[in-house]
Amino acid sequence: MKDQRLESRVDTQTIKIQARGAQVYYGTNHAIKDVDVDILDKTVTAFIGPSGCGKSTFLRCLNRMNDTIASCRVEGKITLDDEDIYDPRVDPVQLRARIGMVFQKPNPFPKSIYDNVAYGPKIHGLTRNKAELDAIVESCLRKAALWNEVKDRLAAPGTGLSGGQQQRLCIARAIATSPEVLLMDEPCSALDPIATAQVEELIDELRSQFSVVIVTHSMQQAARVSQRTAFFHLGNLVEYGETGQIFTNPIDPRTESYISGRIG
Amino acid sequence: MSIGLLSLIILVLTLVGYVVGKSRAIASVAGDIRKLHSLPPFYGRITALLTAVPAFLLIIGWLLAEPLVLENRALALIDPAEIPQGQSADLVMSDVRRVAAGLDLLETRGEAIAPLIAAPDQLKQAMNAAGIVLQTEPTPSTLAATAALRSAKATSRLAMVVAAIALTLGGLAWGLSRIKPEFRARNATEGFAMWLLIGCSLIAVLTTVGIVASLLVESLHFFRLYPITEFLFSTQWAPKFGGGGTLGIVPLLWGTLYVSAIALLVAVPIGLLSAIYLAEYASRATRSWVKPAIEVLAGIPTIVYGLFALITVGPLLRDYFAQPLGLGNSSSSVLTAGLVMGIMVIPFVSSLSDDIINAVPQSLRDGSLGLGATPSETIRQVVLPAALPGIVGAVLLAASRAIGETMIVVMGAGAAARLSLNPFDAMTTVTVKIVSQLTGDTEFASPETLVAFALGLTLFVLTLCLNILALMIVRKYREQYE
Repeated sequence: MKDQRLESRVDTQTIKIQARGAQVYYGTNHAIKDVDVDILDKTVTAFIGPSGCGKSTFLRCLNRMNDTIASCRVEGKITLDDEDIYDPRVDPVQLRARIGMVFQKPNPFPKSIYDNVAYGPKIHGLTRNKAELDAIVESCLRKAALWNEVKDRLAAPGTGLSGGQQQRLCIARAIATSPEVLLMDEPCSALDPIATAQVEELIDELRSQFSVVIVTHSMQQAARVSQRTAFFHLGNLVEYGETGQIFTNPIDPRTESYISGRIG
Repeated sequence: MSIGLLSLIILVLTLVGYVVGKSRAIASVAGDIRKLHSLPPFYGRITALLTAVPAFLLIIGWLLAEPLVLENRALALIDPAEIPQGQSADLVMSDVRRVAAGLDLLETRGEAIAPLIAAPDQLKQAMNAAGIVLQTEPTPSTLAATAALRSAKATSRLAMVVAAIALTLGGLAWGLSRIKPEFRARNATEGFAMWLLIGCSLIAVLTTVGIVASLLVESLHFFRLYPITEFLFSTQWAPKFGGGGTLGIVPLLWGTLYVSAIALLVAVPIGLLSAIYLAEYASRATRSWVKPAIEVLAGIPTIVYGLFALITVGPLLRDYFAQPLGLGNSSSSVLTAGLVMGIMVIPFVSSLSDDIINAVPQSLRDGSLGLGATPSETIRQVVLPAALPGIVGAVLLAASRAIGETMIVVMGAGAAARLSLNPFDAMTTVTVKIVSQLTGDTEFASPETLVAFALGLTLFVLTLCLNILALMIVRKYREQYE
């Protein structure tokens, strides 16, 4: 499995998101220090690192979710398709429709399964009639490998599903707005191994349409699903490169210590 | 011996029980407290509890049962011929009680009471001088009953003191005899704590049951004197003191619902929207002064709101709306009372809703914002539906407050029962009529007074139905977020 991934070519080299000198402060705490990273289109990029290293914080900078935290301040330049996302002219609401996000804990809305998926298309006016909306809901649930399990109870509340199903529902909800980038913050940490395997398979399929950025604590998961890996430590981006190279031949001694289990 | 002194003796013995119990526990293991099952204070505590609790329970029970037993006995001594025509024996008994209390008072002042009992006219003078008003001279049989009551009471009190002290000492001795290293004093005190908690919740439940039962009984009396269909369906409220009036609840119920509906129309939007602002948009600093400021509204006495309605809002509505529109010229109106009451219940809606909105998990907001929803879309489509059960609860609490409110209605809407749609008409509510039916010098057995209980029962049923509705709504939506 791992060997096969080493062979997997990065399909394209187009840069989707570029960060230069990104700094994040929580009040006086300097959480992210001078991070430069290029996230490629149609690629799965994994952020790994010990707890508290800033990988989730950095992920939340990419769709400006940190704006909702009053004490948080972001400096530096982050661009999406060469457009600065922190430019005052950019509407964070529109930005988040282009950069979808899946959270650590499944967070379905207290609505029906159908309404959960239809939420994004409805608020962005992506459909002209009910038939189109139905089609989007079905195709997103199919892409999230959930359709067969829920097609007979679309009106049932999303919160009634199992943990793994809820997380796949959240993924379906996120891809229903047809984002260009999908950010995933430890999407499998609350799931059992079978549900994890399903989500990982899903991530691999989503790569054909979006650029996926995944934060994970599991190095096996990073190795399985990603083509590029970034290692964060204490707010610094220590090393960033091809997943195979990071796991077999890391350049930085800290990366080597982490992946071999000596720090973390 | 007075109850105070008796209590003091029991408390001293309790303290003794604590100290001795604790030291005996330590002595039983020769000072090595690791061999005890529980820490020494637990042994002291259980001994103290065994000393005090049974004795106090006995005293409470005795004091509750005593009047019932004694007065029945005194009642038997009263000559039936002396009970005035058309009055019950209760009135004579209240005379007996008053004379007995007066004699007790005179006795504590050190006056000789034996000659007074022999001469009823002097007794009456002495009583009146002591501040106890007797309208007629006590009859011989009243005096006999009084004497019997007093002597029985004295015997009973003595018996109670003896029994209570015996029980205290018994409890103390039993508690001390149980102290052994393997005795589980900690678990035993835990059991006591549980019974204490059960007792407190029982008091609350039993009080409710008692209030409902008394309402029911008096309402049944009323319905024996006045047909229930007439009460429920007549659209006339025209009581006549002396009997023969029409007592239809419909206009009162209409007034109550009308005023409450206006109050909720004011309070729910304002309260809910300010709660949303406080919970979702306001900065911490703003919130820290706005929230208490709104809650101050809840601390204003309703009579002050009533003044505000009477002096400011009523005339304002009359001069600028009712008269120009030709809808009436009364300064008391449903609208006045409704508006002012709405302001009064704003804090109930806003404060509770604010807490409930804050309790909605942040992850739901993040999920919605992460999909590119604006904050207001997030609130409308995700936060409010998730908080709905609690918000419904807050609204129904406000509704219960509005339905039960009296003072604002009296001063704002007047006291005229009327069935009208015009919001500028004076109307009145169930609560106001309960007050007006019970105040004044009326006989307590006519339908005109007893109707107050039926009105109270109706009000109780109304708020109960509201609460049940609230529970059902909350149950239906509860499982929607964890």
